Amino acid sequence: MRTRALLAAAVLALAACAPARLPAAEEEGAKFGADWESWRADTNVSDLASVQRGARNFTSYCLGCHSLKYERWSRLGADLKIPGEVLEKDLLPPGAKATDYIQTHMPAADAETWFGKAPPDLSLMVRARGKDYIYQFLATFYVDPARQTGVNNLRLPTTAMPDVLSELEGLKAAVFKTEAHPGGAAGSEQAFDHFESLAPGRMSLAEYDGFVRDTVNFLDYVSEPTQLERRQLGVWVVLFLLLFTWLAWLVKREYWKDVH
Amino acid sequence: MTVKTATGAAAALPKAGGGSAGKSFWAWLNKRLPVDQFLATQVTEYYAPKNFNFWYYFGSLALVVLVLQLVTGIFLTMFYKPGEATAFDSVQFIMREVDFGWLIRYLHSSGASFFFIVVYLHMFRALLYGSYKPPRELLWLLGMLVYLALMAEAFMGYVLPWGNMSFWGAQVIINLFGTIPGIGPDLVLWIRGDYGIADATLNRLFSLHVAAVPLALLGLVALHLVALHEVGSNNPDGIEIKDKVGADGKPLDGIPFHPYYTVKDFVGVAVFLVLLAIVVFFVPNLGGLFLEAPNYEPANPVSTPADITPVWYFTPYYAMLRAVPDQRLGALLLLLGVLAFLFLPWLDRSPVKSMRYRGWMSRSALAIFVVSFVGLGYLGMQPALGIYVVIARILAALYFLFFLLMPFYTKLDPVKPVPERLVYHAH
Repeated sequence: MRTRALLAAAVLALAACAPARLPAAEEEGAKFGADWESWRADTNVSDLASVQRGARNFTSYCLGCHSLKYERWSRLGADLKIPGEVLEKDLLPPGAKATDYIQTHMPAADAETWFGKAPPDLSLMVRARGKDYIYQFLATFYVDPARQTGVNNLRLPTTAMPDVLSELEGLKAAVFKTEAHPGGAAGSEQAFDHFESLAPGRMSLAEYDGFVRDTVNFLDYVSEPTQLERRQLGVWVVLFLLLFTWLAWLVKREYWKDVH
Repeated sequence: MTVKTATGAAAALPKAGGGSAGKSFWAWLNKRLPVDQFLATQVTEYYAPKNFNFWYYFGSLALVVLVLQLVTGIFLTMFYKPGEATAFDSVQFIMREVDFGWLIRYLHSSGASFFFIVVYLHMFRALLYGSYKPPRELLWLLGMLVYLALMAEAFMGYVLPWGNMSFWGAQVIINLFGTIPGIGPDLVLWIRGDYGIADATLNRLFSLHVAAVPLALLGLVALHLVALHEVGSNNPDGIEIKDKVGADGKPLDGIPFHPYYTVKDFVGVAVFLVLLAIVVFFVPNLGGLFLEAPNYEPANPVSTPADITPVWYFTPYYAMLRAVPDQRLGALLLLLGVLAFLFLPWLDRSPVKSMRYRGWMSRSALAIFVVSFVGLGYLGMQPALGIYVVIARILAALYFLFFLLMPFYTKLDPVKPVPERLVYHAH
């Protein structure tokens, strides 16, 4: 609790230096004018090294709170070509068996008390929200002293999730600009303009971006572990069916020579 | 019943074994079961018009998809566990841990959409060539009952994965029954079996989806085929081939269904399977059209998806429902929109069947109808806001005018003379 208070104080101090006015929580209606089209995850689930790095990132930073309840460690090891001993040594939490499902150790009831809502299972998050959404979520945390966690998020305003990756990314402020309502309506609204770095993290911005993309790529894999097999098999099935179509057409043409 | 030996037919059929043992078994069998007779009357000596075109593939394709859905459905049922607490997880178990479970499930989920694609094109063929006109009214009615059963089957199947869209879709559809005056609220309670969409609802929808409706579908499809083979197939010229028979009593413009249309339909099936495989293996969600993203979140009675939309094949009717501000009127419009097809044989007064020989009135009416149906389908996927609602109202009006004005424009339509014999160009 004391560390959290300290962290919050630090965040507040930093926020005080921030040049831009930060929106209060109740200003949720504000349209954050981020151009989401340009914020693409751009990941490739067949890039095994990236998915492997994502798995490492997940176990280091996400598994504390989030489960992947439909995925077994052994499945992850087999699909990601991680040798058994490496899986046991580096990824498996203490006491877990390889055949266990990937479950967080944080009790859901406690999580609900702490965050107001149990952190969701992430097995299907990419299929439910899309990988761009998760990328945008992880890339747009900003300092907001009005929030209990000290941070807010552009993609999911008033998110209950603390900025757990701030030690890597550092802290940033969101700069908003006031825009007239479109269509000449009365009043104005706050639109996102740009981020300003408040404190650097352990990673450069490019490194952090890669870190997030790898993590998203891993979650993409978890959302449908069979997807690579599906596409590989699909090529052969379609080729076979095209051959079959050609043969069927030859047979048809032969028979129909009699029809005048 | 005397068994016809049908030597001509037997010659065209594969023999059960080459030797005399095979032959005597075949004879033994035919004395007890009219296999040869059935195959002769239904396949090898069933005469179909020789000028079937592209639009005539969809009947046999519908049969293929029906079998696909039954077979994949049987395998899914081995692992799917109905029930609030188990349904969603069991689907993920199928997708991840059952060998080729993902393939079976994607075949089934894509198969549902392909079923409707095929059936809509099959119905459009009937509109194009007047296949619902006498003597095929009953054939058309039976086909429409298949369509209605299919809609029920698809809706119930959509609820089973118990995703959030399943839940809220069921909520919207079942609540439509609540708009029936008087008995509505009690009826909804009876259908759900609970005060909300719940475990009881899911389990009964499962029962209906895997037993009751498939049985009804199979029976109706069988009747549809019997009726078809009784009256004979229509064709792109809308001419009855039975009216022109040769000295042997066979239609001059007909060819035996087997082998000619079996080999031809095989080509159709092959192309269809290529398209199905492309979807199943490469784009099983088809951008949210075949599998919607909100359905990857478990059913949640306290969290409504941002936009509740049905799968694409229901969206034309859904747009009609939302085009009317009054819920009861909207539900009535939806119902009429579906049932309007039933009346076609009696609304159409044209002396000719096929669009080939109809005038500009029927042709324009059909074109406008297709535009309104597709347009409503698109609008049903969009939020019901502003200009969309206005366009949906215009399109819904056009949709119903197609039916309401049909007795008039088909009567006034300047038709062309219909030829004596089929138009056929050998390839």
